[in-house]
Amino acid sequence: MPDWIYRRLGDRLFAALVVFLALGVVAAALLVALVLYQGSALAFRTFGFFGFLTSQAWDAVRGQFGAWPPLAGTLITASAALLLAFFPALAAAIYVVEYAPRWLKEPVAYLIDLLAALPSVVYGLWGLFVLVPPVRDGLERPLFTWAAVHAPALVPLLGPPTGIGLLSATLVLALMIVPYASSLARDALALVPQSQREAMFALGATRWEVVRRVVIPYARAGIFSGVVLALARALGETMAVTMLIGNAVNLPYTVFGPAATMASLIANEFTEADTDLHLSALIAVGFVLLLLSLLTNLVAGWMLRRLARGEGRR
Amino acid sequence: MSQPYRMETQNLSVYYGKHPGVRGVSLPVHDRRVTALIGPSGCGKTTFLRALNRMHDLTPGVRVEGRVLLDGEDVYAPGVDPVVVRRRVGMVFQRPTPFPTMSIFENVVAGLRLVGVRDRRVLGQAAERALRMAALWDEVKDRLHAPAVDLSGGQQQRLSIARALAVEPEVLLMDEPTSALDPISTQAIEDLLTELKNSVTIVIVTHNMQQAARVSDYTAFFLDGEMVEFDATDRLFTNPADPRTEAYITGRFG
Repeated sequence: MPDWIYRRLGDRLFAALVVFLALGVVAAALLVALVLYQGSALAFRTFGFFGFLTSQAWDAVRGQFGAWPPLAGTLITASAALLLAFFPALAAAIYVVEYAPRWLKEPVAYLIDLLAALPSVVYGLWGLFVLVPPVRDGLERPLFTWAAVHAPALVPLLGPPTGIGLLSATLVLALMIVPYASSLARDALALVPQSQREAMFALGATRWEVVRRVVIPYARAGIFSGVVLALARALGETMAVTMLIGNAVNLPYTVFGPAATMASLIANEFTEADTDLHLSALIAVGFVLLLLSLLTNLVAGWMLRRLARGEGRR
Repeated sequence: MSQPYRMETQNLSVYYGKHPGVRGVSLPVHDRRVTALIGPSGCGKTTFLRALNRMHDLTPGVRVEGRVLLDGEDVYAPGVDPVVVRRRVGMVFQRPTPFPTMSIFENVVAGLRLVGVRDRRVLGQAAERALRMAALWDEVKDRLHAPAVDLSGGQQQRLSIARALAVEPEVLLMDEPTSALDPISTQAIEDLLTELKNSVTIVIVTHNMQQAARVSDYTAFFLDGEMVEFDATDRLFTNPADPRTEAYITGRFG
């Protein structure tokens, strides 16, 4: 190509290419939303948007569909998993950045990150064959038996101690999201300038005081980003949850008993949806899941901006 | 000079791995005087300074040999807690280091919170005293709860000084405290030093010889990890004993 074309057009060509590719990503996202919306139109027309969202009925035989049970299942499993995963994830990040000897930092960080690379179905299998038996025999049954004798009021809350259900799914889900929260927290902690730590040490702080009063506050926005990423992952996680949650779309859920999340419901039923309405209802659940993810991200973005504002210039 | 020194190093060496950054330095630090450490970049003056409050403990691979006496007791003796040493020997760094998530007030009392002071009144008084000593009180008294990062660079450095003073250290180590500041802020901090030495013993690292001449009572000249000369500041600058000192202060190298 002659030089002058390069000089004249090079910049513009590159800009056009970047804009085109970027718009492509946006277009793909919008198309997904559009297709989901179109596919779910029948369900929304039949039950109404809020009717669908709040209805507790999910009965393929009678043709009654409501998103509330799987929505509740998603909210419960994701938030419980996040609660379980947050402190271990943060602790692992703190250990790697602040405490581990240098030769141990890399291997530990690598192993934690490896947890994110394991396929979901492997978590499911591991859950079924390794986690479920001890959870059932060591946790659920003793608790259930104890409750049956000493606190009968708790029994309906606990549910059948079969090992397949809300508790097992949540435990595996928590394990799955640890690397996401931990990895971002680790990056954020590692970015805290050494001068911040030294300034606190110089005031006569112990290592833990430096971590608690300076390092964690400084890195809070990054730690929070990790939490959001982990939550997003938990909301949409499908395979492992489907394998472990028992897939029962009947409220009320119990702690040990089977339940369903939006993702597990779709994965479990879409092959056998033989009426248009059933299929449309499943797609509508997918649409609700999309909305939930969107909402989570918007709220997270807003909170992140608030967190970052306090940190000001530097 | 028979009175005991506030601090004293005896044959102090600091090794980075096998490489000695500081070799065999014996330096007296006089009580409530300003001692300046001067010398060209890389001469070991900062390394030496950081050995005085055991900051090197935090860096893997750094080894300190020799003795650092604080009121006659070796701070490197077995059983001495470096945390306690750092409470008694405070430090101000080259760049201001306000804690960005804390307010001005919380920054100043950060060290007091470490020792468990909770009483708002006590904290308030300590903050005011420290901020006054650091000549910052008048500028911030109406916005103590504003974020510390809203302050200018010079104010942030005085905040760092106030924060170090709030825990009432016996010795204050300053590592080129004005090198990142404009001339007016530098002036403010130099004025401050003259005030502070009534109550605190100060050791200041500076690569600015005029600054050393202006603010210090004693000066030590470092070169290649060794202390070449130590003397009262006016004598060292007017009548240096060592030809290398003379070469440095007359600007022939460094």
